[in-house]
Amino acid sequence: MSHNRRRLSQVAAGTGAVALLVAGCGGARVGASTGPGAGGAAAGNLRCGQINLAMNDWVGYTADGAVYSYVAEHSMGCTVKQIPLAEQVSWQGFSTGQVDLILENWGHADLAKKYITQQKVAVDLGANGNIGQIGWFVPPWMVTKYPGILDWKNLNKYASLFKTSESGGQGELLDGDPSYVTNDAALVKNLHLNYKVVVGGSEAALITSFRQAQTHKTPLLAYFYSPQWFLSEVDLKKVSLPKYTPGCDANLKTITCDYPTDQLNKVAATAFATKNPAGFLLAKAFNWTNQDQDVVAKYIAEDKMTPAAAAAKWVKANRTIVNNWLLGIPGAKPL
Amino acid sequence: MSAGALVSGLSVRKIRSRWVWLILAAAWLALYLAFHGTSTLPLSASSTTSVQNNLNSFNNNISNGRNSNPVFLYGVNYVQVGMTHFVSFLQSLISQPGFGRPAPLIGWLGVIAIVGFVSWLTAGWKYAVLGVVGFYILGLQGLWQESMDTLALTIAAVLIAVVIGVPLGIWIGLHDRAQHIVLPVLGFLQTMPSFVYLAPLTLLFLIGNASATIATLIFAIPPVIRLTDHGIRAVAEPTIEASDSLGSTTWQKLVKVLLPMSRRTIVLGINQTMMAALSMVTIAALISAPGLGQVVIDALQTLDVGTAFNGGLAIVVMAIVLDRTTSAVGERSQQVGGRHLLGPQARRLAFGAGAVVTLWAVVESAMYVWANTFPSSPTIGPAIVAGASNASNWVQSTFSGITVGLRNDVTIAFLNPLQSMLTNAPFWLVILGLCAIAMIIGNARVAIVTLISLLLIVGTGVWQDAMQTLAMTIVATVLTLIIGIAVGVWMGRNRQVDRFIRPILDAFQVMPAFVYLVPFLALFGASRFTAIIAAMAFAIPVVVKVVADGIHGVPAPAIEAATAAGSSTWQLITRVQLPLATRSLALAANQGLIYVLSMVVVGGMVGAGALGYDVYSGFVQAPLFGKGLAAGLAIVLLGVVLDHISQSAANRIDPSRH
Repeated sequence: MSHNRRRLSQVAAGTGAVALLVAGCGGARVGASTGPGAGGAAAGNLRCGQINLAMNDWVGYTADGAVYSYVAEHSMGCTVKQIPLAEQVSWQGFSTGQVDLILENWGHADLAKKYITQQKVAVDLGANGNIGQIGWFVPPWMVTKYPGILDWKNLNKYASLFKTSESGGQGELLDGDPSYVTNDAALVKNLHLNYKVVVGGSEAALITSFRQAQTHKTPLLAYFYSPQWFLSEVDLKKVSLPKYTPGCDANLKTITCDYPTDQLNKVAATAFATKNPAGFLLAKAFNWTNQDQDVVAKYIAEDKMTPAAAAAKWVKANRTIVNNWLLGIPGAKPL
Repeated sequence: MSAGALVSGLSVRKIRSRWVWLILAAAWLALYLAFHGTSTLPLSASSTTSVQNNLNSFNNNISNGRNSNPVFLYGVNYVQVGMTHFVSFLQSLISQPGFGRPAPLIGWLGVIAIVGFVSWLTAGWKYAVLGVVGFYILGLQGLWQESMDTLALTIAAVLIAVVIGVPLGIWIGLHDRAQHIVLPVLGFLQTMPSFVYLAPLTLLFLIGNASATIATLIFAIPPVIRLTDHGIRAVAEPTIEASDSLGSTTWQKLVKVLLPMSRRTIVLGINQTMMAALSMVTIAALISAPGLGQVVIDALQTLDVGTAFNGGLAIVVMAIVLDRTTSAVGERSQQVGGRHLLGPQARRLAFGAGAVVTLWAVVESAMYVWANTFPSSPTIGPAIVAGASNASNWVQSTFSGITVGLRNDVTIAFLNPLQSMLTNAPFWLVILGLCAIAMIIGNARVAIVTLISLLLIVGTGVWQDAMQTLAMTIVATVLTLIIGIAVGVWMGRNRQVDRFIRPILDAFQVMPAFVYLVPFLALFGASRFTAIIAAMAFAIPVVVKVVADGIHGVPAPAIEAATAAGSSTWQLITRVQLPLATRSLALAANQGLIYVLSMVVVGGMVGAGALGYDVYSGFVQAPLFGKGLAAGLAIVLLGVVLDHISQSAANRIDPSRH
């Protein structure tokens, strides 16, 4: 046995030498043509290093992240490290120094209080230009068939339409992912609606339900929001709740008004400004409309482009917007 | 014991206990009618209790202690750094640029060659072919780099699991007291939903490979410990006594007797750990683990079922290659000597040739682009994506009419009554009822465990949600058993069927649930029933496998005797095969329950609400972290109760233990 083993290892050693000789029949060598990080587009006053960008998992955010990365890389020669993360974990990343930037933040007053006010590891970089609108929506086919359904006062009249196996005899109001703000349970109660809030639990549950409802002409009333890529596939109709007035949502127990429109904002690590001034200034300047984001989101979600390609296409068509962002940044090369 | 005697023995006992059951049920119902609607301990989705709020501070303590607490400075932070380097090293070997090169050291050709050569040496030439073809398919799917990232992370987690798990398993195998402490901890690790500890992990070990590996490790390490323990204990006493009488030291006994004799079981443990690690791939992606999980999660953003399926399929392919190969290694280690087609001279030549080819492939892939980066064409990725999304669309549009009706029927007939009974009954009455069941089926010990666990659930503050989850779990388990036993019997009686169905079962066990959630949602809407279906998809395979195994193991003479006596096929199944496989049936029920329970959080994402939604909310909303943790504990406690009751049911009807 041991004799055999020794023979085997001798054979192995011999054949190894043969293999090394045979290897290398030609072709392109690894590392010959493409060096690491071909970048270096701009040699400006501000040297741009690595930016750790949190990538939250919805398409609109992917669009924000792709455009920011494209501009940072191509105009300023930065390296953007995109880190796919859930929202709460992204904020935690400020305190551990692993995340520099969140580009589209939906509220999260509790996290803002903890990381901006108390721990002072993050700063608010202002609006990103997107306006978030939360509300109750129905599929478009229902609007023509059930007149007045878009007025909350008529919802009780139509409650029986929305009955499901989950709603226990009442109408169903479907809610989504727990990460989003919702006052729905209180609203249903305070507006005396004969509805039960059913928690779908995910964005996938909401979108799939709306898709089926529109295709099969089945009734559905659900929580949804814009900007969202799915709205370009099915043009959901918003139910108007009692108008929002500032302060009407102060007490969540007695609330009876619609959701406010949210100025979505950017949040950066406090250290980002000194660590990477160029990346910080670009983040501060980054601002675009819902329509802009919808275009890029559609490229990604429906045209199945890669986020990077979608961003490149949008930037090429919107140079003025982008170059406006770059105006005040020393060393940034206009695109 | 003949089959007939067994059946009559069972039925005598059945009649005697039937009266006890009836009286207790009547008493319970009377109390229910008197007290229902009181003490139901409700708690709305966004409310929390003070206990839950106290659990919230857990997270804050971690982030405050990071850079000052000695535990962090000298413990956690070193583990983090070491783990990160280890995974990065593996990545720069096979998946990511590293060692100052723009590409991994070993390219696709080298990896495939190594997989083939190693499988050939350890498992045989059939497995070499399987490995080479399987890994080549990963490349054809257009997912080579992602697959290698996943492989690197899996290898890291499994290696660490083996280094820690095997010694630990040996230790608890030799020491009863240690075993009594460690086994419940393992159960805890396996049933605690990983969503509960993902966020704290990223605070402890930072966002990145260290946290991802540890999350995987927590879930994947129990099987290797359990099976090592089991293997050590299974080495018969006489063998150990014999070696004692020869005057062996403990170390000699371990190395010369215990380890070699339990090798097969330990390898099986490593195999199970590997599969568990692969099943964590998508969840680890939520804290930015690179690889195939990322493909699935990204695709879910746009509800792209096809792309998610392609990613999931790659996980399945990798799992099948790793599973079959490690299983074969285990079986081989059992054989003494083994058969060889070739003589020693020819074998040496074949080995040499294999080594040359492998070494050449590795060197070539290190040096040249063609062998390093998997070519972008030919590719089967787009075809798989298109095929899967077409199939999904077809199923959704064809069956959605029927499926909604099915959902409504099951919900109204079974789920709603059971749920309203459990949630409307006062908590003490439910506890009383379950303790009585535990007492009758099991014994006083089981009843006490049940009592304590249920009281602890009351303490978590999510009692009513727990009862809702319990109702869904029971319905899902019953449906799982009905279908699982039917298919399992069919499979156990027919080898052809077995061969055809088994790979499908494997696929469902490893395919990430996120892949099939969208079609399920389209078919059944966002509802508790959808969650039940998702749980069934995951739990049925294991039930089928266990039942098939049991049916297949029924001794041939029993069947021949029954056939000779003129039994019909139906009689043969119900009077002989099923009764003789009761032990497997009981094990199947137990495993079915545990698997259903492990899908509770996924259920929370498709409309089940209750504990699953609480856990998921805790992951995404900081103020609800404590509630999520409480709900996670409630899931573990439900698991303890169901596991104890179902295991004592198993022992009770198991003829081999009477």
